[in-house]
Amino acid sequence: MAELKTEDEHAREISTGWQNQLYDALRRNGVTQFSYVPDAGHRVCIDRSIEDKDVHSVALTTEEEGVALACGAHLGGAKSVLLMQSSGLGNCVNFMSMVKNGRFPFLTVLSMRGDFGEGNPWQMGMGQAARKVCEALDFIVLEVTRPEDVVPTIDAASNMVWKSGQAVAVLLSQRLIGAKSF
Amino acid sequence: MSKAPERSAGPRYTLDRITAVPALVGDASDFLVIAGLAGTAKDMAAMTKDGANYYGLAGAMGAAVSMGLGLALARPDKKVLVATGDGELLMNIGALATASVLNPPNLRILCVDNGHYGETGYQKSHTCLGVDLEQMAIGAGIKSTCSIEKEVDLAKGAKMLRESNGTCFVLLRVKPTDGPKFKRALDPAAKRVQFRLGTLGEV
Repeated sequence: MAELKTEDEHAREISTGWQNQLYDALRRNGVTQFSYVPDAGHRVCIDRSIEDKDVHSVALTTEEEGVALACGAHLGGAKSVLLMQSSGLGNCVNFMSMVKNGRFPFLTVLSMRGDFGEGNPWQMGMGQAARKVCEALDFIVLEVTRPEDVVPTIDAASNMVWKSGQAVAVLLSQRLIGAKSF
Repeated sequence: MSKAPERSAGPRYTLDRITAVPALVGDASDFLVIAGLAGTAKDMAAMTKDGANYYGLAGAMGAAVSMGLGLALARPDKKVLVATGDGELLMNIGALATASVLNPPNLRILCVDNGHYGETGYQKSHTCLGVDLEQMAIGAGIKSTCSIEKEVDLAKGAKMLRESNGTCFVLLRVKPTDGPKFKRALDPAAKRVQFRLGTLGEV
């Protein structure tokens, strides 16, 4: 019988190279507000934002706060990114009406659960609905399945968000992150 | 026919928002203003004449404090005032915890508490049934807080909104009556452009 691992132990086993590159790419594109609910998939990014004296690292109590935070940041001329697990997307839906009808530029990076090889049935519902929910809200969805695509995708998304004023969800597939074994 | 009893939130809710909110805020042009939907959106739209320093919600209930936090972090050079109601704040009360931890010195939160959900027909809210939002702000860790329910205390609240050097929370209890009649722009994209042009000089 396989030994049970916590989400964090699982994430620590995965190569963190692309996660560091993801953080660096967001910084290079001018992001100065990182908001999140603690998440193993985004652990490196979150930790680096806490250590980075030049950014605001904003721990949220629920993901929807991060949507409003990003809109407020834009009103003040700053770039904000919401890092969340796919389950967190469900907490955000009503606030997305502000993004859509306010035409706020908005970037979120989702670490997927309930996706490729998921072993926790509680994650399946929202994970499988995530792309459809994003599309129902008129978000542009960019999925990443390979480490070498992380940086080009963040660069592409940043242009689409802050130069073309779009709302973009970057989905980090469990093909990239790995599925936690239960 | 007998007259319907006057609506009340209790003996602590006697101030009139039409005079009490302007007395607390003073010259609204000194702030960048985010307003929660319904009552406070009208209060602040009237005070700013729906100007470029004002962004009021008409949906996304529960977003005001977080939006103000993002703005306050982005604009440390300006005082940011979040004006919102008891119902709007209750919908995302955890945002007080998030704001408290960041504690931007330029963020001010004013909750205009009438004990009711005014926009949907004045149904009672939790606050006139015993929930104390100042105590919840204190519990969230916000260091500067006060409750205002008498005219004589308005000056104390006004001073806190002006002079606090950390995130502060002012609870203003008012009777459950309508705010100013003011027709504000409801297009959230047009207001976004107006706000950025007027306060940043760019779209």
